[in-house]
Amino acid sequence: MSTETGLVTSPTQLRAYAPAADLNVSSPASRKEVARPRPVTSPDNLRTEPGPIRFVIIALAVTFLSVFVVLPLVVVFAQAFSKGITAYLATLAEPEALSAIRLTLLVAVVSVTLNLVFGVIAAWAIAKFDFTGKTFLITLIDLPFSVSPVISGLVFVLLFGAQGFFGPWLQSHDIHVLFAVPGIALATVFVTFPFVARSLIPLMQEQGTQEEEAAISLGASGLQTFFRVTLPNIKWGLLYGVLLCNARAMGEFGAVSVVSGHIRGETNTMPLLVEILYNEYQFVSSFAIASLLAMLALITLVVKTVLERRLDEGQPPSGD
Amino acid sequence: MSIAVARRGTLPGFGLTMGLTLTWLSVIILIPLAGLFLKTFELSLDQFWGIVTSRRTLNALKVSFGLSFAAALVNLVMGTIIVWALVRYRFPGRRLFDAIVDIPFALPTAVAGVALTQLFAQKGWLGAPLAELGIKVAFTPVGIFIAMVFIGIPFVVRTVQPVLIDLDPEIEEAAASLGANRWHTVFRVILPSLIPALLTGFALAFARAVGEYGSVIFIAGNLPNVSEIAPLLIVIRLSEFRYADATAIAVVMLVASFLIIFAVNRLQRWAQTRIPAH
Repeated sequence: MSTETGLVTSPTQLRAYAPAADLNVSSPASRKEVARPRPVTSPDNLRTEPGPIRFVIIALAVTFLSVFVVLPLVVVFAQAFSKGITAYLATLAEPEALSAIRLTLLVAVVSVTLNLVFGVIAAWAIAKFDFTGKTFLITLIDLPFSVSPVISGLVFVLLFGAQGFFGPWLQSHDIHVLFAVPGIALATVFVTFPFVARSLIPLMQEQGTQEEEAAISLGASGLQTFFRVTLPNIKWGLLYGVLLCNARAMGEFGAVSVVSGHIRGETNTMPLLVEILYNEYQFVSSFAIASLLAMLALITLVVKTVLERRLDEGQPPSGD
Repeated sequence: MSIAVARRGTLPGFGLTMGLTLTWLSVIILIPLAGLFLKTFELSLDQFWGIVTSRRTLNALKVSFGLSFAAALVNLVMGTIIVWALVRYRFPGRRLFDAIVDIPFALPTAVAGVALTQLFAQKGWLGAPLAELGIKVAFTPVGIFIAMVFIGIPFVVRTVQPVLIDLDPEIEEAAASLGANRWHTVFRVILPSLIPALLTGFALAFARAVGEYGSVIFIAGNLPNVSEIAPLLIVIRLSEFRYADATAIAVVMLVASFLIIFAVNRLQRWAQTRIPAH
């Protein structure tokens, strides 16, 4: 794996979700495990600990993960269904819930589309050409991962708020950015900015430029080359980036909270509605919405695992 | 920083894609972030200093950075134990627990926040038995700490895991055959070679916890000077239309997190020069 794709910058991308880090780091991990099984049970093995210590370490790891990670997830579903499935479904059919779901889907579609286009364009420029300042450019793309979500929202308040740089101009033209859908979309685009580009850059660098050069020399145009040669090669990586981008876009709370204005039925996304309902002690409703987001997270993790396996094989699926 | 082409231009589209990349990057990321710093320059140095060193700001920064540091330490220890169990041992459900490590990454922060609060509230599944022991978690700094531990655990595990897997088995076999007991082999041979990865994981968990908002504010209690985190104070100042205050606190946090990233980058470089490439 090329170091220039940013082993140096890669820590920041772990920040939210670790797209490229997962590509670089944990996939080779699983590959090697298969390749090199360790006979930990063999008595003369020098590379393991005595039985009781092994037991304690496993018990600690399993207990910690169960208590701190699994239990919160179980609480979400237990609370959501605590008054039965009818109450659960009824609360999801509330107009407020429906409008939050609609807004979340809209914002996700907008920000995933924009970041998909940007990510592919940026990855083409960065992975297929050599230029000075590449590492620096990747660091800039990574910036949103190292900015607190609240600050990601704040920067747009400073730009578009009433006291902001563009505030007076926007007001005189009656354009609403802040406390409206455009502001929510902008903040979401900001926090999900690196996902697609960061999933594609290492993959495209690894694949090199030979296939594209061959296509060009045979007379294909740039766009033909991209759609017929590059895209089929990167489709799983692209899907991976889109998956992570989408999960974050739908789940973003801090940044969106700052720019939304919390107008009920208008500018509340699902995570914001979770907060409002929770603060009003409407626990079943709050956790019902939360359960939808939790399911999104679980589905994302499953699909992510499948995609990682595909990327490891470097093969398209064989119709299975 | 200049960005110039230095490649035989066989493939088309460099100018176009680079131009679009820089434009889009500027519009979405660079100009908004620059606006934050510009806004700060509207303040005099005295004003800035006054805001940043006010009691409430200092306490919020102390809560954020102090508890994040403590949580990252716990992540460091527990993360190492989890990585060890996942990589070195075989036990039922190992693959499942490996996947579970990613949940804090994937779960929307607000969902984690309400779930942890419910779990540790006085009548919650864990809050009730803890309350009987006289330990109050929800709505105290302990709750903030718990939320930060939750959000940080994948960083240490996912940073250290590949390094431990890649560790050359011959090193520890050599140590053992030279007469080192298992304790010595682990603490003198294996752990030292994990140090760069451990420090990186620690710094990442720390940086994430400092900026964390959604999973913390529900369980925090949000009492000024006691259990109020810096990101929340930014939100409060914004809602009071005290933009200058919000901006000053944000700049301090931003600079701090850039310093942490810079340190992480240096660590990675150091690790790369120290450990020969395979």
